[in-house]
Amino acid sequence: MSARVLPYAVVLAAMAMVPLVSTSPFYVNLVSQIAIAAIGALGLNVLVGHAGLNSLGFAVFPGLAAYLVAWLSTVGGIDPVTAGIFALAGTLAVSALFALVALRTTGLGFVMITMALCQIVWGAAYRWTSVTGGDNGLSGVPRPGASLLPLERPEVFLWLCLAVLALALVQLGHFFESPLGVALRGARDQPRRMNAVGYDVWRIRFAAWMLAAAWGAAAGLLYAWYHQFVSPHMMAVTASAEVLLMLVAGGAGTLAGPLIGAALVVLLKNLASIWIERWVMLLGFTFVVIVVLMPDGIVPGFTRLRGWLRRLKPAPAPTLVPRERADG
Amino acid sequence: MPRSTPLGRSVRAGICAAALLSLSVPAAFAQQVPIKLGFMTVRSGALAAGGKQMEEGMDYCLAERGGKLGGRPVELITVDTAGQPATTKTRAQELVERAKVDVIIGPLAAFEALAIDDYIRQVGVPTISPSAAAEDLTQRKQNPWFIRAVGTSAQANHALGEYAAKDMKLKRVATIGDDFAFGHETTGGFQRAFEENGGKVVQKLWPPLNVADYGSYISQLRTDVDAIYASFAGGNGLRFLQQYSEYGAPVKVIAQMTTVDEGILKSMGKEAVGVISSGFYTATQDAPGNKEFAAGIRAKFGYDPGYYTAGAYVACAFLDEAVKAVNGKVEDKQALMKALRAVKLDRGPYGEVTLDEYGNPVLAVTIRKVEQKDGRLQNVVLKTYPKVSQFWVYDPKAFLANPVYSRDFPASKNIGN
Repeated sequence: MSARVLPYAVVLAAMAMVPLVSTSPFYVNLVSQIAIAAIGALGLNVLVGHAGLNSLGFAVFPGLAAYLVAWLSTVGGIDPVTAGIFALAGTLAVSALFALVALRTTGLGFVMITMALCQIVWGAAYRWTSVTGGDNGLSGVPRPGASLLPLERPEVFLWLCLAVLALALVQLGHFFESPLGVALRGARDQPRRMNAVGYDVWRIRFAAWMLAAAWGAAAGLLYAWYHQFVSPHMMAVTASAEVLLMLVAGGAGTLAGPLIGAALVVLLKNLASIWIERWVMLLGFTFVVIVVLMPDGIVPGFTRLRGWLRRLKPAPAPTLVPRERADG
Repeated sequence: MPRSTPLGRSVRAGICAAALLSLSVPAAFAQQVPIKLGFMTVRSGALAAGGKQMEEGMDYCLAERGGKLGGRPVELITVDTAGQPATTKTRAQELVERAKVDVIIGPLAAFEALAIDDYIRQVGVPTISPSAAAEDLTQRKQNPWFIRAVGTSAQANHALGEYAAKDMKLKRVATIGDDFAFGHETTGGFQRAFEENGGKVVQKLWPPLNVADYGSYISQLRTDVDAIYASFAGGNGLRFLQQYSEYGAPVKVIAQMTTVDEGILKSMGKEAVGVISSGFYTATQDAPGNKEFAAGIRAKFGYDPGYYTAGAYVACAFLDEAVKAVNGKVEDKQALMKALRAVKLDRGPYGEVTLDEYGNPVLAVTIRKVEQKDGRLQNVVLKTYPKVSQFWVYDPKAFLANPVYSRDFPASKNIGN
């Protein structure tokens, strides 16, 4: 196991061990929520961190997948696993169509168009009451489960979430180092040059978009199975902003950043609120502190901190090499 | 060690006494362990105003009973759901799995209650809703662990429909209401009773919940009708009535309960005067026990109690009755749930109230009119319909065979007439 993989393996293993030490399933479920949020944030990271496309409508991917699986497995009466596969396929198909619209723009235009696309789906979920249940949502979404894999048990569901998270980390880690990943960053930094040297920037961005959609859909699937309930709130602008917040806090463009950001947000939201009544203020304060002290996120911030600490240590004195004087 | 002997003796005597005591009154001893009551409210976001009133109603109820329900002290664990379904679910898990509560009062919004509906079923924790009005919670999707301390969305609106047609002799009405389930269900209930009594709903408008300006909707509202039926929640009623009055208010307004609820009435001006509405609770209603309740809330918090305050208070009073009925043994959840379903109050904000077999209150519905009285706006009662159930005059089976009220049900046959 290489030194780069080790920290991830340790963290995932620690998360997987929570059910063994936890006194109540509450903490197990909390870790599941962190894992699901992290998968979503990793998906958005492809767009924001590596493609340089800031999206404020990421929630459309998990939202579509969650609604599809919820509708198919409750109203449609299909078994949850098949419904999940259909939901993934359906989300990717719709995402491909959305890409045709969204990828015509970059920068601020991209922010607005992704937000608009997400709002369209949100509006459909909210107002197409006969299909989506309106703001009451769809409830009673069954978790897939069998005697081999009883997913209704919190610890088993956690392990499923962690397995998907591990898969996401491995796949995205490989992708970022692959030629396509490098080309993607090239298209982020110098799109015109990339174009000039013969890369099809649009197609590179399309690949990134679909990859983000795929991991977003995976997170949405797990979300629907975890909560066993979907409602339009999961596609509200605030939901998209929350994923972006995780990414900004953790550090966009890094592999560990989304994981750390997701843990931070989920824990502040759900754990700190037990003891602190004004938890929303705490959340805001934390982000102000992060932005002031580490403008590019926790992971890059700490990398920089390590660099400074190294510099603080007195550098070893340069060894003097006696040289004979030329005029000697 | 001579000094330790008397101490040892007294300790031993103490242990003996304690043992004797615990033998003679085991029940009384057990009852000193507090009831763990989980309370789900909203402290942040758009619904926080209602959440605050709920907390005050709960606070008042517990203070009135000396911090005890059914003779047992209460440990109140309050959580903020932020008005988000996913957060509500996590908070419910926190209450059940971490705090191990005996019973839950909450949450506020219907979509929050629906988000934890399946979870409540799985874990089997008695839950009393102090505000969520979604019809199906006690109808087509009734939950064995769930009862409600407020009326359903349509419960008071059936009565208003009949009153508008029979007593006010209105023939044609246009409706305008928030475009979400609560707006659809309230308007549906009104429309059904109104049209079955000879009225006609000729126009239905649905402005989005968070619309900034009602101008474009008000200009669409027809003026050749006898009245406008308005169904708004939260602060929307205030904004609609203000803007409607700025447009000259060409037609009189009848309204659903929360449009002119006491909780928002205190912020309104003369635009609200004369609005006739129906409600399952009115601060001025002449029900046994309500005078003390309304005066008490007014003295403590400085406003008249409305929907959320009364709802949370009655939820707490229901629990008090049920805990008495099971002699404080709330740990037996099945027995507590049975007692909750059989609960009956003779006095209180609603006066006499019982629950139907679906866990929904059967209570008096009042028709009231906003008037300026004693220097403030008040809902003054015009007529009382006693013992109104969620099914109004209909047979429950036939009622439940219909779909839930929505934009499309009941069918609007008179639109455009």
